[in-house]
Amino acid sequence: MRNDREMKVKKGLDVRVRRVIAYVVLTLISFLCLFWFYVLFINATRSHAELTKGFTPFPGSNLWINWKNLSAGRAASALPIWYGLFNSFFISTLSAALCTYFSTMTAYAIHAYEFKLKKFMFTFILMIMMIPTQVTALGFLQLVGKMKLDDSFIPLIIPSIAAPVTFFYMKQYMESSLPLSLIEAARIDGSGEFRTFNSIVIPLMKPAIAVQAIFTFVSSWNNYFTPALILHTDRKKTLPILIAQLRSTDWLKFDMGQVYAMIVFSILPIIVIYIILSKHIVQGVAMGSVKG
Amino acid sequence: MKSVKRGKVVSYNKWGYIFLIPFIMVYLVFQLIPLVSTIYNSFFENYRSGLTQIGPNFVGLENFKTIFTNGDIITYAENTMIMWIMGFIPQIIVSLLLASWFSNPSLRLKGQRFFKTVIYLPNLIMASAFAMLFFTLFSDGGPVNSILMQMGLLSQPYKFMSNIWSTRSLVAFMNFLMWFGNTTILLMAGMMGIDTSLFEAAEVDGATSSQVFLKITLPLLRPILVYVMITSLIGGLQMFDVPQILTNASGDPMRSTMTLIMYLNKHLFSKNYGLGGALSVVLFIITAILSMIVYKFTNKKVD
Repeated sequence: MRNDREMKVKKGLDVRVRRVIAYVVLTLISFLCLFWFYVLFINATRSHAELTKGFTPFPGSNLWINWKNLSAGRAASALPIWYGLFNSFFISTLSAALCTYFSTMTAYAIHAYEFKLKKFMFTFILMIMMIPTQVTALGFLQLVGKMKLDDSFIPLIIPSIAAPVTFFYMKQYMESSLPLSLIEAARIDGSGEFRTFNSIVIPLMKPAIAVQAIFTFVSSWNNYFTPALILHTDRKKTLPILIAQLRSTDWLKFDMGQVYAMIVFSILPIIVIYIILSKHIVQGVAMGSVKG
Repeated sequence: MKSVKRGKVVSYNKWGYIFLIPFIMVYLVFQLIPLVSTIYNSFFENYRSGLTQIGPNFVGLENFKTIFTNGDIITYAENTMIMWIMGFIPQIIVSLLLASWFSNPSLRLKGQRFFKTVIYLPNLIMASAFAMLFFTLFSDGGPVNSILMQMGLLSQPYKFMSNIWSTRSLVAFMNFLMWFGNTTILLMAGMMGIDTSLFEAAEVDGATSSQVFLKITLPLLRPILVYVMITSLIGGLQMFDVPQILTNASGDPMRSTMTLIMYLNKHLFSKNYGLGGALSVVLFIITAILSMIVYKFTNKKVD
């Protein structure tokens, strides 16, 4: 009996100690994640002269001037940031829309119908899921050249229709929340297959579509490899290419305040989206992983 | 009556094919044809030397011989692997630790949502902007050196970008920061799936929390751990944005941070399609083998 109580006391202490350790480690790790962005935002508010003197933990008063210099293109490289923002936004939005709509359609084909090649198609899509775009980039570039689509947005948007990862997520979601009896009922009511898909399946899939739209948008927004190979005209470039350009110019001659302002400019939209939607995003990651 | 119904079923199912058309068309044009022509290119000599175009001439496996014998691919594969391992080991350790804390009901950690939100944040940040940020923060006159000097830890700036191991560490550290949040959430989902009666039984038997972790959680988590490791390895092979921006495509110091995809990118820009093709094929074969392993593992779980 006494022995039992002793054990309980020991265990209680143990949990409390472990909880404290967990909080300390978690705080340290959160600091490690956020510190860089803190420095970034502080430095974006300070002038070049202040920045060269060394770091201070408090914001300066130069944010507006840095921002005006940057947006007026007064940097040595004169980056077309507004075009960059628009291009990134345009490509990412269309990619997200096409990717989610057509991935839902592909998943619906496999989920709702019985046909000969169904199993083959499903296995095939799973097999190609892991192939990175980089290994086909060479042929892709040649093809884009032959199709006269070089320096155009089309080869950056259209390929998102065939997205195995998004397809897989949609398929998983349908298995748990798209009963086939509903489709059957729509058929009895005389709804055509295509109309059923658009007016019943798509609305039911909204939560999954929202999560995947965010992921596709973000990955397209952040994509650097393919756009850098395809886009050449300055005004057609996306934000990651402009960042690379900033890096390759002789940055020592640069107004560092503007460099920090430019980094803030290119990541701020994603941070804002994340702050608003973080709950759904984190849940979405967990959901997609359940059955790997 | 019956035959009419059966006829209808058949006519419904043709819609399965119709709905697959967009995917198949786009996949065929933008991925399969490029893959085939990449492989085709790897057998030809095709590059520019100054202003003259050499080839395309069929050379068989000559390109593969070249990339393996001149040693570049070995060096770059080594760099890629070293930086991947340097990032992956802390990533898996920290993720396992955090995931076991988050999924442990007896700890009852508060503010979990906040912590999860924070650790996942770096994953969504544009890798090129993140690398540019680190480049400015760790530059010789940058804030990190300034802070370390103010704290008295350094007497003069440390040149992070001129030292092989500090540059590699920066790349690995950025990869770690960008991916450990994602891994934590994956592992947590896996841990939540473990039957809680196992933990209860262990507790009744008087097992300590580290015993529970080593003897129950880890073995049951093995399929997910393998999945995480191999997908991370495939991602590691694609390492590009961070070292490319951090070192301005040079892979310096002394090409010690040049990755395989940076090398491929170089060939694509200089339009050396022969060697670029051979390199792509090698990368394709490696990822195909790794994907097969992932596929085997995920299928086992479904059964």
